[in-house]
Amino acid sequence: MIYILFSGIFALAPPTGVKAYDTPNDRGDAITVEWLLSPDDNMIEGYEIYRSEKGKEYELVGFIGAGRTTYEDQTETGTEYTYKVAALYDSERSYSEPSPVARSEPQWFDKESVNLLIGVIVFCLIILYFIDQARRGKRLQIRKISGLDAVDEAVGRATEMGRPILYSMGIGLVDYIATIASFNILGEIAKKTGQYETPLIVPTSNPVVYTVAREIVKESYSTIGRPDLFDTDKVYFVTDSQFAYAAAVDGVMLREKPAANFFIGYFKAESLIMAETGASTGAIQIAGTDQITQLPFFVTACDFTLIGEELYAASAYISKEPLLLGAIKGEDLGKIVILSVLVVASLVGLLTKFPVLNIFR
Amino acid sequence: MNIAHDPWVWIGGLLTICIFSFLYKDNPFYKFAEHLFVGVANGYFLTFTVHRVLIPNLFTPLFREGRLFFILPLMVGMLYVMRFIPRVSWLVRIPIAITIGYYTGLVIPATVQADIIRQIQGTILTQQNFVAWNAGSAGIIWQAILFIGVVCTLSYFYFSREHKGVLGVTSRIGIIFIMIGFGAAFGYTVMARVSLLIGRFQFIIGPWLGIID
Repeated sequence: MIYILFSGIFALAPPTGVKAYDTPNDRGDAITVEWLLSPDDNMIEGYEIYRSEKGKEYELVGFIGAGRTTYEDQTETGTEYTYKVAALYDSERSYSEPSPVARSEPQWFDKESVNLLIGVIVFCLIILYFIDQARRGKRLQIRKISGLDAVDEAVGRATEMGRPILYSMGIGLVDYIATIASFNILGEIAKKTGQYETPLIVPTSNPVVYTVAREIVKESYSTIGRPDLFDTDKVYFVTDSQFAYAAAVDGVMLREKPAANFFIGYFKAESLIMAETGASTGAIQIAGTDQITQLPFFVTACDFTLIGEELYAASAYISKEPLLLGAIKGEDLGKIVILSVLVVASLVGLLTKFPVLNIFR
Repeated sequence: MNIAHDPWVWIGGLLTICIFSFLYKDNPFYKFAEHLFVGVANGYFLTFTVHRVLIPNLFTPLFREGRLFFILPLMVGMLYVMRFIPRVSWLVRIPIAITIGYYTGLVIPATVQADIIRQIQGTILTQQNFVAWNAGSAGIIWQAILFIGVVCTLSYFYFSREHKGVLGVTSRIGIIFIMIGFGAAFGYTVMARVSLLIGRFQFIIGPWLGIID
């Protein structure tokens, strides 16, 4: 009785001023809906968002709590939509007027990432400066990276024993930074193995990585004047499946008995399986990855491990390439900048009330 | 004991034993399971690539929807096949360069955002970060340890100078932090692996051999 009386007197006020527009700085798959709060906002449960596509019936696409005035709807690129917002109280709904038509389009430029773009450009310019310095003959010093000296030892040992060397880049795709660094190291190791005519086995787990690795090994042999050493059967694609790849590499280690195993690149759970098997064969093992969760396994099962960025520095150190040396120098300068920012921002954060964290949002 | 009657459970159980036999030494059973695994994985990968990558992303837009623009990626992709023709095998470098260039551009902003900017934000000594530890007044201590850890670890990865003097001290502290982190990660991951092993044993003595329900 009270409810009927109440509902007879009480007319739920709808939200007003509903507008819909293409969400800015995105790839064209969202529309932002905005509205003015219902005058009854303090008592309603929230707002339901309804969408209509090209004059079809409205369908519920989302719900958002009271006090909120925006909703981002995932949409099809280029399709026109109109929206209604309903204030919801118990099972009562009060619908707004429909919004004007809106459609989502991709933007070429994300204006919110301008600071990031400037940072990357400045960083690239610093690296280019150091590359230029290296090319002009300036000596760029890089500290000795423990583990890299073992590369010569590993190649020498394999040569003396007349056994091959195994080089695994893990299961990373070609875009992974660890894989790209691994390509650089692979090139140098291929040159060293080529000089001693030691077979180099490179099983890969990705077709694109395989193609690049194949070209790198071929190129390295050509660089040292021994293109005839390149054997298409030594650089091959195994499988895209993580554990099938691990099983196959384990098989290679047991049957081909390489004297040295390199695990350099992007690894996941297969790292310990492969490193343990390699250790059981008595091979000298050198590993390097930027995967923090896998590094402990390499540290325990391998003779030498390149930790994180040492992997990137290693390729510069052994190749002495101006391009790579310049990049490492630029990165070092970047670290000094980061350390300075940390110290200055912390001082500001501790000594003042300035919202320093907001700068990094 | 209620041994399984489903042949697929038997296949799964026997293949598990074949793989486990590697713990003894390399043997024909392991070789069989290994080759089967690689073959099945490749078959699956090929089917997956055709049905989930090529058809929806290339064939449908190009041949069914008539979006001729897709000829361009088709042509670039076809250059990968050129390596089978020795005279023009160098053409394979074009799609490789495009792929690496594209992915590098894609990865760098995300890496800067997630691995640098967000990490800096979380390391700064400020009241907001002290509170984030949810440890009362001890929050400042944890944040200070984090700050020292980040600074010292960064100094370990400074390659332009030998680790001597002050840099030698900070980098040594840094490697201690790194190793403590590795220890924690090691324990955590081993725990997860043991749990996987238990899962496999449960399959053997449960659904397969029926020793447990």
